[in-house]
Amino acid sequence: MSKVNALLQDTLDWVDARFPLTANWKAHLSEYYAPKNFNFWYFFGSLAILVLVIQIVTGIFLVMHFKPDASLNASGVPVAFASVEYIMRDVPWGWLIRYMHSTGASAFFIVVYMHMFRGLIYGSYRKPRELIWIFGMMIFLCLMAEAFFGYLLPWGQMSYWGAQVIVNLFSAIPFIGPDLSLWLRGDFVVGDSTLNRFFSFHVIAVPLVLLGLVAAHIIALHEVGSNNPDGVEIKKKKDANGIPLDGIPFHPYYSVKDIVGVVVFLMVFSVIVFFMPEFGGYFLEYNNFFPADPLVTPPHIAPVWYFTPYYSILRAVTYPLFGLDAKFWGVVAMGASTVIIAFLPWLDRSPVKSIRYRGPLFKGFLVAFLISFFILGYLGMLGPTPGRTLVSQICSVIYFAFFLLMPIYTSLDKCQPEPDRVTK
Amino acid sequence: MSCDENVDCGRRRLLLATATAGGVAGVATAVPFVASMMPSERAKAAGAPVEVDVSKLAPGQMMTVEWRGKPVWIINRTPEMLAALKTIDDQMADPKSDKPMQPDYCKNETRSIKPEILVAVGICTHLGCSPTEKFKTGAESGVDPNWPGGFLCPCHGSTFDLAGRVYKSKPAPDNLEIPPHMYLGDAKIVIGEDKKA
Repeated sequence: MSKVNALLQDTLDWVDARFPLTANWKAHLSEYYAPKNFNFWYFFGSLAILVLVIQIVTGIFLVMHFKPDASLNASGVPVAFASVEYIMRDVPWGWLIRYMHSTGASAFFIVVYMHMFRGLIYGSYRKPRELIWIFGMMIFLCLMAEAFFGYLLPWGQMSYWGAQVIVNLFSAIPFIGPDLSLWLRGDFVVGDSTLNRFFSFHVIAVPLVLLGLVAAHIIALHEVGSNNPDGVEIKKKKDANGIPLDGIPFHPYYSVKDIVGVVVFLMVFSVIVFFMPEFGGYFLEYNNFFPADPLVTPPHIAPVWYFTPYYSILRAVTYPLFGLDAKFWGVVAMGASTVIIAFLPWLDRSPVKSIRYRGPLFKGFLVAFLISFFILGYLGMLGPTPGRTLVSQICSVIYFAFFLLMPIYTSLDKCQPEPDRVTK
Repeated sequence: MSCDENVDCGRRRLLLATATAGGVAGVATAVPFVASMMPSERAKAAGAPVEVDVSKLAPGQMMTVEWRGKPVWIINRTPEMLAALKTIDDQMADPKSDKPMQPDYCKNETRSIKPEILVAVGICTHLGCSPTEKFKTGAESGVDPNWPGGFLCPCHGSTFDLAGRVYKSKPAPDNLEIPPHMYLGDAKIVIGEDKKA
């Protein structure tokens, strides 16, 4: 036995002399000291990595059977649409792989929204974690691009008209807009060239950027250390060996904790994949079971649920301003509603990070923000009426007020003193 | 450039010149890649004009043809429909069609060459959905009790009248596009080409 151990040790030494394997293992896992008081909200970072792996693996296998081709086959059905049906019906276990991928898309957004909410309530974006937050926001934008490009590929009615609407957003930009959307489509309408380039973006370009950003996100996190539900820096109190008093090694403590989260997540995920993959039309929209028809817009176009809050903001803008169309300002508002989140580290002036020690002003604004976010999301799934437009206008104002008024209300707020060390 | 004793200015100039040349070459290399995403020759060829026979289009009826992959509507408007157009000028965002959404020969009250025949691209100027026809008037249309007939975009609720003019305070900024078109004889229309060509 000792000979085997010696051989393994020699092998490790050989590798370590050529590649920092042990050093990386220590820096990122066995000697990465994370605060000991992580709670429920801290599951979602590792779950996001899990979903990313699910999406990449299922995606690799889907590409083996999918054909990004908008031309009609002998039966008059677009080839891309037919190849998805082929995966669902004829490819062994193809239905499972595809449902994992389609459910994974929604799961990704659920997990990431929870992860972002965690950062919001515990102040994880505050100094010195601004870059982690910005990398995270870039990941979020990449994820939205990835979801949008991927949604065109099944070439159903919703795929087609959703892409038509979003590409036309760019035509609202003064002067260069129409040419820009022509360049994005590669044709006068969404067509075969659009499908092919979206396929290229979806399977190569965006995933590469996404992986790079995830690496940057984690490297930046491990450089400064994790925040925690109390929002206090554990690195301020260290023992004689320089180890934070309130820190525990990520491995085995949090690797084991995260496995519990993974198991629970996979249970929920499996129930959806096996028993309700369409999830009532929210994960897979019913209109997308019709092949794309460039001449007929479905009577009701709604984006998938994870885009609906921003879509509502887009529709809420109905007034022209400074001689530019309402359409242009709608696009600006929608873009701003996602980009503004990246500025949180500089908008927040509170002396404390965590919601546990925040005052009533922040909590009030946060609740109003959450309510308006959910209402916007709900309205984005419905058709427009004058009453709904008015409600979405009010909610959009609240949404932006949460961010734009933050420097004022966070500096006026009556906060409680932070503890010296983490509490639980 | 400030040169102190530790800097070899000749080498630094060479470095700057090389980096600039390399940068220019890098940008130039991007040109073919960016240009490759513009419509191909095949896509441009597919945008050729189409001929339509409208002799069988009865008054009050509408037909849809495909041009450049877009739906083009041809509507034979009744005298009542044409009369209603004038009464709603004040509800229109651009009643006189001042914005260049039509060829000059269609910049008139009916936005058409022949008063009764409207040829319009059936794509909402907001975000490119195809509006649905709401020719029934009044409360029956489900749009508005005073609805004079027109189009409703299902995506974001923009409304258009029977000359393709957009109503005020709607997401769509412009009237529907009138494509270049001309008549070959009495009942044959060519869409995508006009007399100038």
